[in-house]
Amino acid sequence: MNEYKPTIGLEIHIQLNTKTKLFCGCSTQFGEKPNTHICPVCLGLPGALPVLNEKAVEYGIKLGLALNMKINKESTFYRKNYFYPDLPKGYQITQYTIPIASEGFLEIKTEKGKRKISIQRGHIEEDSGKSIHTGDITESTYSYIDFNRSGVPLMEIVTYPDIETAEEAYHFLVLLRKTVRYLGVSSGDMEKGALRCDVNVSLSKSNTMGTKVEIKNLNSFRSIRKALEYEIKRQTEMLKNGEKTIHETRHFDEKTGITKSMRTKEELNDYRYFPEPDLPPLLLNKALVEDIKNSLPELPTQKEERFIRQYLLSDAYAYEITSSTELADYFESIAKATGKPKEAANFLMGSIMKFLNETEKTISEIGFDEKKFIEFFSLLEKGIISKNIAKEIIIESLKTGKSPKKIVEEKGLIQITDENKIEEIVQQVLKENPEAVSRYLSGKTQILGFLAGQVMKKTKGKANPQIANKLLAEALNKMKQ
Amino acid sequence: MTITDLPISSLVNKLRNKEITAREVIENYAKNIYEKEKNIKAFINLDIENALKRAEELDKMDEKKGLLFGVPVAVKDNMNVKNCETTAGSQILKGYISPYNATVVKKLEEENAIIIGKTNMDEFAMGSSNENSSFFPTHNPVNYDYVPGGSSGGSAASVKSEEALAALGSDTGGSVREPAAFCGVVGLKPTYGLVSRYGLIAFSSSLDQIGPLTRNVKDCAIMLNAIVGFDLHDETSVNIKKEDYTSFLGKEIKGKRIGIIKEVMDFNIQDEIKEELKKTVSTLVKLGATVTEISIAHLKYALPAYYIVAPSEASSNLSRFDGVRYGLTVQGENLTSTYELTRAEGFGKEVKRRILIGTFALSAGYYDAYYLKASKVRKILANEFEKAFEAVDTLLLPTTATTAFKLGEKKSPLEMYMSDIFTIPVNLAGLPSISVPHGNDKNGLPIGMQFIGNWFKEKELLQIAYAVENG
Repeated sequence: MNEYKPTIGLEIHIQLNTKTKLFCGCSTQFGEKPNTHICPVCLGLPGALPVLNEKAVEYGIKLGLALNMKINKESTFYRKNYFYPDLPKGYQITQYTIPIASEGFLEIKTEKGKRKISIQRGHIEEDSGKSIHTGDITESTYSYIDFNRSGVPLMEIVTYPDIETAEEAYHFLVLLRKTVRYLGVSSGDMEKGALRCDVNVSLSKSNTMGTKVEIKNLNSFRSIRKALEYEIKRQTEMLKNGEKTIHETRHFDEKTGITKSMRTKEELNDYRYFPEPDLPPLLLNKALVEDIKNSLPELPTQKEERFIRQYLLSDAYAYEITSSTELADYFESIAKATGKPKEAANFLMGSIMKFLNETEKTISEIGFDEKKFIEFFSLLEKGIISKNIAKEIIIESLKTGKSPKKIVEEKGLIQITDENKIEEIVQQVLKENPEAVSRYLSGKTQILGFLAGQVMKKTKGKANPQIANKLLAEALNKMKQ
Repeated sequence: MTITDLPISSLVNKLRNKEITAREVIENYAKNIYEKEKNIKAFINLDIENALKRAEELDKMDEKKGLLFGVPVAVKDNMNVKNCETTAGSQILKGYISPYNATVVKKLEEENAIIIGKTNMDEFAMGSSNENSSFFPTHNPVNYDYVPGGSSGGSAASVKSEEALAALGSDTGGSVREPAAFCGVVGLKPTYGLVSRYGLIAFSSSLDQIGPLTRNVKDCAIMLNAIVGFDLHDETSVNIKKEDYTSFLGKEIKGKRIGIIKEVMDFNIQDEIKEELKKTVSTLVKLGATVTEISIAHLKYALPAYYIVAPSEASSNLSRFDGVRYGLTVQGENLTSTYELTRAEGFGKEVKRRILIGTFALSAGYYDAYYLKASKVRKILANEFEKAFEAVDTLLLPTTATTAFKLGEKKSPLEMYMSDIFTIPVNLAGLPSISVPHGNDKNGLPIGMQFIGNWFKEKELLQIAYAVENG
């Protein structure tokens, strides 16, 4: 048991996926040729002025509401002044004293149960351009700058230092990403920089907070978890040895899994914040916020809980199926169409997910729709196919796009229910496995499973398992007498 | 009467009636320029070739449309003109060719004005004499030994010398009105938000406003008609109904309530200017206006408040000039030294002084004491003006406390800052204000009278200015 309690806070930058940038009409498209989506405004040319993108404000309100935050009727933009080549104006337009959203929470589920993580604020700001250094930043002799990203809208979410474990931080981020994707306000893709996270962590024995360390360069949720685990261990050991941790920024090295000191906090910038004179205060009327509130979709946790309630799914299945709205909507349409939610969930989480993972396809690409599912379940119900064959048919249908019925017909996969035919095979199997038969007769009845397997093998899985078992048992019992 | 003597409306009429050609207009103005420019130096960039080309295009047009059809206009060099060098009077932007038009420039072009050149100015509009131009000082056309005022000194001088028929300036603390007064022309600072700032190189964003400089009040109203209007590119531009600013010109001002600001007399004002103020009052009374005394108690705090707000915003606005993307670059051995060398070489002394003042005022721990306090003063001043406008329609005061001074005469920055004591309060409150010539001092230097109107009351302001001009 760790006697030092970790305190973790997160700062998450979420790119809002509006079509155009926060203050100009340039496209926000990721991955385009460098410096092709630029104009006087996002290049910070002399005389250019910002004009606020209303869609970004709407997305900001959506996210704020989804995170149970208060939407401020009046918020202001500020300038954060600092020099950096990819910051074309020499200041970033952001929010400071009063952000668009404040004081909320997100309730996460961990192995230890539910936990409310409090959120301090959510503010809208513009992204900077992107510096591309030649080689390592410390040795780079020159750098390129791509201003396509300059002015892309961001919402920064800042949590209170409420998080106590790496596990909780991970769950918080997973749920946050799910939420932004459910809302459709961001792709949430970390590898494209649409979600970026800095973490602050300190350790303390008492209730007073320890010295805060910031960790940067966290490129995946896995990295965040690993970096936190490492950092908690590192700080614990230092404190146990009577050493003091220092207020600093550390860089996470993905390869080695350790954090390295980048700079100490004494070199902190004075950003000289002051109200942005080019933008009037952002005034939101109640009706607008109310409208957005009413148009919010069902959020991940709500959906998950409803699926457990309505479709009697297991916690694990409900969690997995609600990982995206796409998957959840697919499940729900199948569940409704077939009236068999549990079975649908089984096939979805089994064969279908396996296929998706192997082929790296998404659920919308596979075309295994309600009609096919209904047909498939009817084949099963009527006993035309066996459960074993069923999996095979799904995979085949996913691969070829053919209907289950057609596959059954083409491949002759119809279940054998003819007792005479199965009896014939049972007799063959008993003849070919005398040793197993004698073991059964000597009382080792569990060998029956092996013999049944042989029957299925001979029929390529098509024999009705109940009938096969029944006939096998009857034949063996006859031999006993 | 020669072509260059014609006011805007007469010139446009003659062009429409094909009594004269636009080419002739430009040729006549070019003659003035060739004759006078070497002594006055009103322009940083002149493009007569291009102006002539544009004139020929206008002459070919069947329909001679536009409020400013064929009018040669000079534009202060802090407004972007597409494919033209735009320097704001600074070495740091020398050679910078703008890829876009400021909204006002677009509007001038839509009205078929002919932009004849970019006028000289104090670097980044920081100054009251044009001596802070990083290229050369401009001389007052009335007397070459004297400054033309600033920062729109080039614009005022170009109008006075008839090198242009009208000009655009920008006014952050008096930069249109003070040079207008010094050169003896009309200068208007519109209500904040009436004219788009898009494409105006920002000095102090919450104070900057573009305004016309002209030979008379009517020309001023026509120019204002051409440049006003809500602009989607400027969030501080105001969406109000378009008005015809000439519509009240010549209407009698009987019954108008004029206020004289009591606190103005606390300042040291040149005798001749006090004299002209009295004369202006008598003219107004003669025309049937009533004149009363009004108090703006915090007037004396305007200057100190301005010298917090303006440099603070400037320190941030000028951060973009870092040598990375455009303008001057002085390569250092690393990034920081490149910034330092570029800005050390590119900015002049006054600009550096204001960047330092602003950076200090915004620093952690000082923000409340300076910037926030100054913002409060602004609010108080605005409230006092608001109250004054319940009692009167227009306020009257001199534009400046002195007439133009000699080049090199004012040594300390503080002395220079005092040139704007009567114009600065207007910007802090965002009000409209006009300076009209009214007499001369004993050296023949012009005196300017200033009228301040209520927010968006430009029409009434121009009405009174016109009455005084013609009274």
